[in-house]
Amino acid sequence: MERLLNLTMCLMATSRFITVSQLGELVEGYEPGATEEEQEAFRRMFERDKAYLREIGIPLETGTDSAFSDEVGYRIRRGDYALPDIALAPDEAAALALAGSLWSTTALAGPAASALRKLAAGGAAVDDGGLGALDGFEPRVDATDPAFEPCLAAVQAGRAIRFPYRKVVETGVTERHVEPWGVLSWRGRWYLAGHDVVRGAPRVFRLSRFAGPVRPVGLGGAVRVPPDVDLHAMVSAQAPPDQVRTATLAVRRGTGHALRRHAGPASATLPASATLPASATRPTPAADMDLVQMEFADTERFARWIVGSGPDVIVLEPPELRAAVVARLRAAAAGTAGVCEAAAVPGGR
Amino acid sequence: MSAATDRLSRLLALVPWLRAHPGIPLPAAAEVFGITPRQLRDDLDLLFVCGLPGGAPGDLIDLSYSGDRITVADPQTLDRPLRLSVDEATALVVAARALADVPGLAGREALDRALEKLEKAVGAAGSVAGQVRVSLDTHAEVLAAVQRAVRERRRVHLRYLVWSRDELTERDVDPMRVLVREGHWYLEGWCHRAEAVRLFRLDRIDGPDGVEVLDIPAAPPPGAVSRDTSEGIYRPGPADVRVVLELASPARWVADYYPVTGVRELPGGRLEITLHARETSWLHRLVLGLGADVRVVEPLVLAAQVHALARRALAAYGLDAPSGGADGER
Repeated sequence: MERLLNLTMCLMATSRFITVSQLGELVEGYEPGATEEEQEAFRRMFERDKAYLREIGIPLETGTDSAFSDEVGYRIRRGDYALPDIALAPDEAAALALAGSLWSTTALAGPAASALRKLAAGGAAVDDGGLGALDGFEPRVDATDPAFEPCLAAVQAGRAIRFPYRKVVETGVTERHVEPWGVLSWRGRWYLAGHDVVRGAPRVFRLSRFAGPVRPVGLGGAVRVPPDVDLHAMVSAQAPPDQVRTATLAVRRGTGHALRRHAGPASATLPASATLPASATRPTPAADMDLVQMEFADTERFARWIVGSGPDVIVLEPPELRAAVVARLRAAAAGTAGVCEAAAVPGGR
Repeated sequence: MSAATDRLSRLLALVPWLRAHPGIPLPAAAEVFGITPRQLRDDLDLLFVCGLPGGAPGDLIDLSYSGDRITVADPQTLDRPLRLSVDEATALVVAARALADVPGLAGREALDRALEKLEKAVGAAGSVAGQVRVSLDTHAEVLAAVQRAVRERRRVHLRYLVWSRDELTERDVDPMRVLVREGHWYLEGWCHRAEAVRLFRLDRIDGPDGVEVLDIPAAPPPGAVSRDTSEGIYRPGPADVRVVLELASPARWVADYYPVTGVRELPGGRLEITLHARETSWLHRLVLGLGADVRVVEPLVLAAQVHALARRALAAYGLDAPSGGADGER
């Protein structure tokens, strides 16, 4: 560790390029030695140290000063090394500190904290008065999906990945090969957007549905992100709604509050049922029910929502929505039929 | 990063940071760097013997700690921090952009200024930040009203949907803070109706008219303490009912959407989930809605309640349940 620090400082202190053999003499901790074996060990050590320095982002410059020697030399330009003077006012520093806390316990929490320390080390004023106007505001994002870190790393490295993925309605797991374009947190969930190599099209994957480890494939820097890609639009458009229709529902007073917030009052007269006489199929709402109208796109999803309210919300129109609701009620009744004799029912509402 | 690069990174940041905070107590510095005072002492002892070639006293990093206070007299070449790495730039720029998208954010103007300076300072390291994005879904008007109440320390009147009971409630709340967890916005405050600290999800406040900032100063009692949300918003209590459901493949999404405490894979793509619930009426709705794709493993009383509700609902359509059951109808 001392050697790495000494090496860094030595290369920063010079304006000339310093060759490897010079470094061996100058830097405390290197022992170039006399034999070929010792020389070789020293060079291997220097190669490893060089990799460490580059890994943490130290800009190591290579070149040569001498027209007579082709031995390569090294130096670190202080202007390239140092964080530019960013001169944050106290309220600006407080705003960034709040932003940094967004990552809570995710893989980006550590980098955010070290970034803030560097800003503070660079002389950003820190107001001891706390967050001031931002007090009381605590945004946090979670990323507990194991796939988060490898996906983020793949995006940063511009490297394609393979991973097993479970699509929600499928029972099976399929292997995906994706060139990642970005990761996005939307409505509290993380997604990977990219080019699906096998399907030859842009696709969006939810990180919680990764069914196994993420494996990098190919070279870093090989992924080309289209310049006009809009991650947010990609993810939010994942399930484009189909045609919107209107349902007429009877809702018992004092119930269905969540549903009512999206509903409007029904017109006085119900639309006539197209195929059958209305009286034959359409149920009669109870006296303590209100009629409301609501727009929906996906019949099955909407049916699932309505069925949840049991006898408190009844579908009057359209017939196919009513059929979907009735089918689900029958399934629920059949699925629970075995237990109703076994367990005492504490009297219904 | 390996342990070695982690430490090297920390040491390079430590020197200029200490220089910018002359006389800082050792424990305070250790806390900022997320290490123990012992580790920091080791770091300082190591820095002490590092320096420029030559190794004469004037070539070494000159720092001292007397008592517990640290002073850097000569940092040698380490007077400035290393520029931000790709990870660091991504973390800070993405987070700042996410906040900047929040409408009506107090301190927004300071954030915009900071973001502009930050983007300039990180340069190329910030380019990946465009490929990582966090959308904090907001309910702009409700959020703005609630934030104003927190800022001005004023009481609010809420019309709030208790979703688990399907009940619309009215209550006065002394706001304590606004927080985002797992993609949802919450107001935490002292609820005068419950006489306790409560969390209110902003999307369940009844629209912009559902929140009214009152001309009464907010005064949560001294005993009102913010809830520890580090383990998630929902914490099972001792009175909670343990519920076990078996989900068919098309209903696997339930495990993603509800606070499950256990998940077990079953043959055929089925999934067994365990969750704990204070109230069960929301579970009635969930189980009814899933129809044939769910089986209630326990408690049996939940299955019985669902059965009774399904029969009553079918009766409202003038239909019978497919198989008989002797549950008491109204």
